Amino acid sequence: MILSARHVSYTHRSKRRTAAFALRDVSVAIERGSLTGLLGPNGCGKTTLLRLLAGILQPDAGTVTLDRRSLRDLTRRAVARRVAVVPQETHPAFDYTAMEMVLMGRHPHLAPFELEGPRDVDLAFAAMGRTGTDHLADRAYMTLSGGEKQRVIIASALAQEPEVLLLDEPTASLDLGYQVEIASLLQRLNRERSVAMIIATHDLNLAASICDTLVLMRDGQIQAQGPTREVLDSDAVQRLYGVAAEVRHHDAAGHLIVVPVKRW
Amino acid sequence: MRVVATVLGFGALACLTCLLAPLVGSTHVSLVRAFDRSMPFADNVDAQIFFVARLPRVLAGALVGAGLAAAGVVFQALLRNPLADPFTLGVSGGASVGAMLALTSGLSLAIGPVSPVPLASLAGAAGAALIVYRLATSARRAMSTSVLLLAGVTLNAFFSAVIMLLQYVSDFAQVYRALRWLMGDLDVGGLGPVVAAVPLMTIALVLFALLPSALNQLSVGSDAAASRGVDVGRVQRIAFISASLATSAAVSLAGPIGFVGIVVPHLVRLIVGVDHRLVLPASALFGAAFLVGCDLVARTLFAPVEIPLGIVTAMIGGPFFLWLLVRRG
Repeated sequence: MILSARHVSYTHRSKRRTAAFALRDVSVAIERGSLTGLLGPNGCGKTTLLRLLAGILQPDAGTVTLDRRSLRDLTRRAVARRVAVVPQETHPAFDYTAMEMVLMGRHPHLAPFELEGPRDVDLAFAAMGRTGTDHLADRAYMTLSGGEKQRVIIASALAQEPEVLLLDEPTASLDLGYQVEIASLLQRLNRERSVAMIIATHDLNLAASICDTLVLMRDGQIQAQGPTREVLDSDAVQRLYGVAAEVRHHDAAGHLIVVPVKRW
Repeated sequence: MRVVATVLGFGALACLTCLLAPLVGSTHVSLVRAFDRSMPFADNVDAQIFFVARLPRVLAGALVGAGLAAAGVVFQALLRNPLADPFTLGVSGGASVGAMLALTSGLSLAIGPVSPVPLASLAGAAGAALIVYRLATSARRAMSTSVLLLAGVTLNAFFSAVIMLLQYVSDFAQVYRALRWLMGDLDVGGLGPVVAAVPLMTIALVLFALLPSALNQLSVGSDAAASRGVDVGRVQRIAFISASLATSAAVSLAGPIGFVGIVVPHLVRLIVGVDHRLVLPASALFGAAFLVGCDLVARTLFAPVEIPLGIVTAMIGGPFFLWLLVRRG
C-alpha cells in the first residue's frame, strides 16, 4: 500500500452558506503499481478526493498517508517528489515551450534557487520520449493539439519521477483516437514503470479497459470498491448514474464494456 | 548560464543609460569635467548639473522604472493574466487619493526629507492594498485571484471618483498641482526623496528574488503548482505584498506613471522568452533603462518645455501594446 485515505472528510467552507460535505468518511487504499479507476457522477467528490490524496487540500477529519506517513508530517516538496497530478486541462498564462512545461516537473527535486542541470534535461527528454512528444520539445505549448498537450502534461508528471500518478479526467476533452492513445500510454507506463495510477473518469469503458481496481463514489461517499470484474455491473451503473445499462464481457476487446440501454 | 548572460546584458544596458542620460539635456555637460576632482565642486558647473540637477532624476527614474516593471511581472503571474499591471489592483488609485488629499488640503506634515505628498500617497497605497487583500482572503481558505482582480478594478473606479470629487471641491491652483502629480514626474528635487524610497524598494526587490520559479509554477495553475511542491498561499502572499510595496514606493516617489509595468515585461518576453527566472530580473533592469530613456525624451524633445513623463510613456507604450495585440492575433 503506497497511498491511502482513512476516514477522510472534507467540507467546502464559506462564511454565510451552510457547510456542505464534499467528502464524508472516505477510505481508500492504493497498492503499489496498481491502476485504479475512480467513478461517479458529476459533483460526487472525485476531484476533491484526488486533491486530498495529492496533498493540495488538507482533510477536516481523517488522514491521508503516503507510505504509512501522514501527509501532515511531510513537506509539500517531499510529497511532490513521489506523487504527481495530471489535470483535465492545463492552460498556462504565458507562452511556455513544451520543453519548459516538462522541465517544470523537476521543481520538487531542485533546491531553492537551483536551476535545472543536464540530468534534469535528460530526464525531461526521456519523459517526452515515452509519451511520444520529444519532437515537440521546442514548440509553443499553446499551439499544440489537445492530445499533444495532454501527452506533454503527462510527460511533465513523469519528469517528476512519481511513484503515484493522479489523473483527473485525462481524456475528457479528447477525441476517440486520442482517448485510446492516452489510455494505452497510461497502461504501458503503469506496467513498464510500475507507477501506481488513480484515474478519475466518466468514461466507463476506459476504466473497464485499463483499470484493475475501481472505486465507485456517490454524494461524497464510497459506494463500492474492489476488482473491476467484481464491482462493475449494471446494478452499480444504475446506482451511480440512474441509468439502465448492459455490462458484459466483450471478447474482441478482452474486457468489460458498458452500454446504456434505452428504457422509456 | 542564460540567467547570468541575461542579467549582465540588461544590467549593462541599464548602467549605460543611467550614466549617459545625465549628460544629455538643454545644457551640454562633459563627463570628464564632471568627474574632474582637481576643481572645487562649487566652481565645477558640469559637476553641479550632473550630480545635483540630473543624477537624482535619473536615479529616481531607474528606481521607479525597475520597481514598476518588476511589479508588473509579479502581478501578471499572480493574477495569471498577461494584461495585468501594477495599477490593476487599486494600489495606485489609493496612492493617488492619498496624494490628492495632501495636495488639496495643504497638509504640512513631513518626516526628514520626505514631504507630505509621498507620505500621504504611501498611506493611501497601503490602505488600498489592505482592503483588496482582506476582500480576497476573507470568504475562502485560500486567496482568490478572481476576487483580487474584481476588487482591485472596482476599487480603482471608486478611487477615481474620489479623485474627481476632491478636484471638484478644490481651487484651480490646487487642481493644477493635482493634475500635474497624476501625470507623473521624476523631478524629485534632490537625492533625499530617492534615498528615502530605497529601503522600501530594496525590501520589495529582495522578496522578488524568492519568487521566479514559483511564479512559473503558478502561471501554469495553482493546483499544478501545489502538486509540484509550491506553497501556493505563501507564494501568493509574498507576491502580493512585494509587488504592492514596489508599486507604492514608485508611485509615492514619482506619481502614477502608466504603461511601464505592462510594456516592459512584454518587450522583455519577446527577447528572453517567458521563464520568470529570466523575465523578472531582465524586466527590472530594462524597466530602469526604459523609464530613464522616456524621461530623457520628456526633458529634451520640446526643450526647454518638459512633457509630463506619464504622457510620454503612454504615447510610446500605447501604440506598442496595440502592435503587440495585433501581432499575437
